[in-house]
Amino acid sequence: MLCQECGKRPATLHFTKIVNGEKTEFHICEACARERGEGIPGAPNGFSIHSLLSGLMDFEPAGSLAGTKQAVPRCEECGLTYSQFSKLGRFGCSSCYKHFGERLDPLLKRVHGNTVHVGKIPRRSGGRIQTQREIDRLRQEMKNSIQKEEFEAAAKLRDKIRELEKQIKEA
Amino acid sequence: MAANRFAQTALSEWMKGDGPDSDIVFSSRVRIARNLHNYPFPILATSQQSAEVMSKLASVAQEGKLEPIGPFETIVLSDLSELERRVLVEKHLISPALANEARAGAVVMSENESVSIMINEEDHLRIQCLYPGFQVQEAWKLASKIDDIYEEAVDYAFDERRGFLTSCPTNVGTGIRASVMMHLPALVLTHQINRILSAITQVGLAVRGLYGEGSEALGNLFQISNQITLGQSEDEIIDNLHGVVRQIIEHEKAARERLQAESRLRLEDRVMRSYGILSHAAIMDSKESAQRLSDVRLGIDLGMIREVSPQVMNELMVMTQPGFLQQAFEEKLNTEQRDARRADLIRSRLLPVTHDGGAYE
Repeated sequence: MLCQECGKRPATLHFTKIVNGEKTEFHICEACARERGEGIPGAPNGFSIHSLLSGLMDFEPAGSLAGTKQAVPRCEECGLTYSQFSKLGRFGCSSCYKHFGERLDPLLKRVHGNTVHVGKIPRRSGGRIQTQREIDRLRQEMKNSIQKEEFEAAAKLRDKIRELEKQIKEA
Repeated sequence: MAANRFAQTALSEWMKGDGPDSDIVFSSRVRIARNLHNYPFPILATSQQSAEVMSKLASVAQEGKLEPIGPFETIVLSDLSELERRVLVEKHLISPALANEARAGAVVMSENESVSIMINEEDHLRIQCLYPGFQVQEAWKLASKIDDIYEEAVDYAFDERRGFLTSCPTNVGTGIRASVMMHLPALVLTHQINRILSAITQVGLAVRGLYGEGSEALGNLFQISNQITLGQSEDEIIDNLHGVVRQIIEHEKAARERLQAESRLRLEDRVMRSYGILSHAAIMDSKESAQRLSDVRLGIDLGMIREVSPQVMNELMVMTQPGFLQQAFEEKLNTEQRDARRADLIRSRLLPVTHDGGAYE
């Protein structure tokens, strides 16, 4: 098969694009691919982690938003829309995470296999979060105690949890 | 002026130190990404905002808060020539993104070049620590310490659920990217590499060839790094990488032993041919030099070549990059001139040693 672009060299790169069920194919040689560069996903030079990511994110809008007004989530802080984010593969500001909210879960799950942070917490501003984590841990321990019918231990844990919750409220 | 110093020498001071397993793991690196609360990420920041971020972050070093770590120097990217920026990239001291795209970009560099703190890269702050040999844990400890110093001084963008917020969703959470640079010639020669690399990608790690765009590895050098940054703690991430790299080291060692046991003569022939060509060739392109330097390095590690130090090879791997060559010869070179200069440079580094040392036995 010859390259569709120059018609001279043999085509070595084959692309299939499916948009809304419509399938288009094109076949080109490496020299032409390099010339077209960024235009071709997966072509040498035109490939980056961001273009790969936007491929992942494009799945999202397809099924879920068909026409509803709410369907265009936008970051109120920097003005970036979700679809702009999909194209860029990058957030505009830290508030984007808040405004896009749960919608990010499938993407994060696909990239990391997880949606919730468990690592380091900033020392200065993170005191409350650390306490909250401790509470979550104690709750789990309390549940285990109740299951094992160790009610005395469970009561002690409950008191500890109450104390920590009070700390958070007062802070 | 000072930046010039960083761009002049091929071998960073930290590279001269010896690390554990340095015959297979050349270097270990940890990079953490952080952003300031209340400023848009660099991609959307106005010039005014970028300048403010830069002055806020640069002041931490200027006020001497990094002194417990050692002496640092701040270099503003716009003060560097294009060539100097390229050399810093070739030495892995700054990222291509910082060199080419950053507005109000800067790097705060430790004297021995082991720590480079990038400002206004893809994220406001990127702390990078490089160690010789296999020392990922050490690199993480130092990066975390520097992180704490910055956290004292500025407000980070942090979210309870998502962790440290980053411009790219692939970095969110811990913001940590830990990697090692491995030299795996025996696994390549014995055709085991693909099987091993594909296994690596299944345990949440990524592999890339050094300097090569895409996955083709020049000179049998592979960079192995964590891919997941969210939902695992930093220690888990580091331990996972550490465990896998430990295993690859064992595989490479076993493959080297097997090669020596089964085809020592052929291996020696290959190594010595490369050594001969590097010592005498008049034209050397970057691909060939990477491959031959890898052969010679393997020969040094296996005791086949005694008169060249492993450090000379490390140095040549950096010095033979295009940007560095141009810098060394202080002129813009076309490809052919560059290949000739590369051959000159390699010859001059290899030959005098063999003459003086006379170590051929």
